[in-house]
Formats: sequence, structure tokens, C-alpha cells
Amino acid sequence: MTELIRNYGVYFLIGQFPHGPLGGLALTMLLGVAAVLLALPLGVLLALARISRRRLLHWPATAVVYVVRGTPALMVIFWAYFFLPALIGHKMGQVTTMLAALVIFNGTYFAEVVRAGIQGVGRGQMEAARALGLSHAKTLRWIVFPQALRNMLPSLVNQFVATLKETSLASIIGLQEVSFIASQVNSQVVVHPVAIYGALALTFFALCFGLSRLAHVLEKRVAVQRLELPQADG
Amino acid sequence: MSITGQFDFSVVTTGAYRSWLVSGLGLSLQLTAISLALSLPAAATVALMRLSGIRALRGLGTVYVEAVRNVPLLVHMMFWYFAMPELLPQSARNWLYEHDAESVCAVIALTLYTCAYMAEDIRSGVRAVPVTQLEAARALGFGFLSSMRRVILPQALRIVVPPLVSQTLNLWKNTSIATVIGTAELMYQAQRVETDSFRGVETFGVATLAYLSVSLMITAFATWFHHRFPARSP
Repeated sequence: MTELIRNYGVYFLIGQFPHGPLGGLALTMLLGVAAVLLALPLGVLLALARISRRRLLHWPATAVVYVVRGTPALMVIFWAYFFLPALIGHKMGQVTTMLAALVIFNGTYFAEVVRAGIQGVGRGQMEAARALGLSHAKTLRWIVFPQALRNMLPSLVNQFVATLKETSLASIIGLQEVSFIASQVNSQVVVHPVAIYGALALTFFALCFGLSRLAHVLEKRVAVQRLELPQADG
Repeated sequence: MSITGQFDFSVVTTGAYRSWLVSGLGLSLQLTAISLALSLPAAATVALMRLSGIRALRGLGTVYVEAVRNVPLLVHMMFWYFAMPELLPQSARNWLYEHDAESVCAVIALTLYTCAYMAEDIRSGVRAVPVTQLEAARALGFGFLSSMRRVILPQALRIVVPPLVSQTLNLWKNTSIATVIGTAELMYQAQRVETDSFRGVETFGVATLAYLSVSLMITAFATWFHHRFPARSP
């Protein structure tokens, strides 16, 4: 085991960097963070379109959410891999491809989290703000979003965990993230599959368990704050 | 395949390609059915462990759920297919390789993964039934297991079924990940047809439609159940 770590530890963490592209665990984490940061705004837009009364916004957004959520993540990745280049007219790098797939896929999941969060804020809040003369946009920005954000924080963190786990699918299109590297190491070493895949599992566990603990703590704090708040929403 | 050229779906909906895709769809459905049938009783057991008064059982249940949920399914698949056979005695390993090891390992990974999520849904459903119901049942002389079976579970079922259906939907989509260990399910066959025919749009179009149809059927069932058996508030 110590020999495995000595020989392949750095490769596992950062791939061929700095002699080649960044890979390994560093790429996994970068992909996860970037995907969440980009998918969240997309999710908010989709959620707003979903709850909009304008049919031209509501129906397309609803269709997109249903179609993408009914399709395996792997299928979304293949579509991005094979057809996004044809659509935009030039070749895309593997990282961009994977990132695009993750953003589209998780955007629809974030959309449902955000929608539930917004709809969980009482109607009375919206009506009161509008009655006080705030515009629709300002009401969303200053009244609804801050309350919704608190409700959906735990779900957002859980979706982050899901995204991190999905980055492992990038190995299928040949991106050298951490599970791709583990497979490579395994095919070179051959005799230690249990140690290698065990280490891979443990790595993901450490990352994701830490994050889901955070979600758990947030959930408790949200519950406490709710108890302390005066029940103003109707 | 060219984005401007004509698409010819008949290429993949007739002849050998068609039978590849159909056999893939069949195997995907079988993987889903078998894993679901194995996951449900296992999940109920794990949920009961996590609710029990015995600390060791509770701890064991928690460790299982957290360990499984915080590791990507892809890594589970790779572990069970590449690493687990090394731990088996020679006779068991021979048996495995004579009996479609790819499908057996996929079922093991899918079952363990789905079970952990379903156990949490069952647990929170049971906890949603007021604790006084259990106390009343116990006071009337029912044991822990029989009060669960006769008093708590019938009430919890209405709350639990919708999340379990959405886990089944996840299970259906997750079968696609078995392609990484070479299980000949729909995603694997789609890749095979694409490589052989260079008809990417048609192949992945048909496969996506197949995934989507089953997903929408599962979603439709969830909607029907929700209207037919709404959760009762105590």
C-alpha cells in the first residue's frame, strides 16, 4: 500500500500536471465546483420560468425539466460529446464538454429545488410586498429569495454532493478525473484492485460525507431559525 | 452523421441494430426489476435497524447508509466488478464468471446503492407517523415488530410510496452506468450501434426516447398514486 501511494499518489491527486493536463482529484473537485456555480443560475432561471404565468416561459421550461430529468446523466453526456460541437460549429475540449453536460443536467435538478424553495415562502409575503409598492422583480430579489434561500440551503448542498459524484462519469468520455486515474493505475499494477478501488471509494467518501454533514448542520440551523421566527407567513 | 444531412431512423429501427437495441432495453428493464425486488425488503430492514432501540443495530444501519450514499455509483460498479472477485474463493469466482458476471455485479451495485436511498425514505416516512401511534400500539400489548406491521406501516405507506417511486426512477436511469463494466444493457448497446453504424443522432435519439418513455411512465404512476392515495394528516 505504501508503495502504491509512493508510486501513484501524486498522479492520483493531480494527474499528469504540470507535464500534462490537470487531472485526478484536483480535476474532480474543480469540475464539481464549476458545475455547481454555473448550474445554479441556470436553475434559478428555469425555476422562475416554471412558476411564471406566461405560457411562453412556463411550457418550454417545464418540458426541458421533464425531458432532462427523465434521461440518464450518461445520455446527457453523450449528447454533449457528440452533438454540442456540431451545434456550435467548433470542437470543444473534453473538460468543456463534461462541464456543459453537468450544467445542463444539474440545472434542471437545481430548478426543482429552487422552485420548491420559492413556493415554500408564503403567498402573503409576495402580496404584502406588492401592496407596499415593490415591483415584481424587487419583491423576488428582496423578499422572496432571501427566505427561499434559507429553506433550500440543505437541498442545495445535497445537490452539490450529487454533482461531485456525477463528475466520475467523465471517465467514460476519457477525461482524466480521479476514477479514470484509478482505473489506469489498476491496469498497470493489476494485482491490487481492492486497495486501488478501495482508496478511490474512500476519497469520494471523505469529500461527499464532509459536504453532507454540512447539509445536516444547515438543516438543523434552518429548523431552529424557523421555530424562532414569528409565524408571519400565511 | 452530419447535422445538415438527412436523418434515417430506419437504419437503427430495423435489422440487427434494432435487435441489439431491443435486447439492451430488455436487459435494462430486467436489471431494474431485479434490483428493485431485492432493494425493497433490504431497505425496509435497514430502515428498521436505523429506527430500533438497540444502539449497535442503529450504528450499523447508519454506517451502511452513509458509506454507500457518499460514493458514486460508478465507483461501486467498478469495485464490485474489478475488485470484489479477488476476495472470493476460487470456486465462487469460477461460478461468477460462468454466470454473466457483468450483470450479476451490476445487480449487486444497483441493489446496494438503491437500498441505501430507499432505507432513508422509509425511515423518514415511518417517523412522519406520530409517535403516539406506536406508544398506543405498545400499550395495547403489540410487540415492536407487530406494531410496526399492523399500525405504523399501513399509515406510513401513503407517505413512503411517492419517494420510493422516484427512487425507482433513479434506479431506472442508473442502470445506464452499468455500461462501464460491460453489462450489455441499453446504453452499452447504443454505444455499440453508434460505433458500428456511425449513426449517432439516430441511435442516441432512439435510446433517449426509450429511456424517456419508461421514465415518464414511472412519473405518471407517481402522479396517479398521489391523487388516488393522498397522505393523510393526523
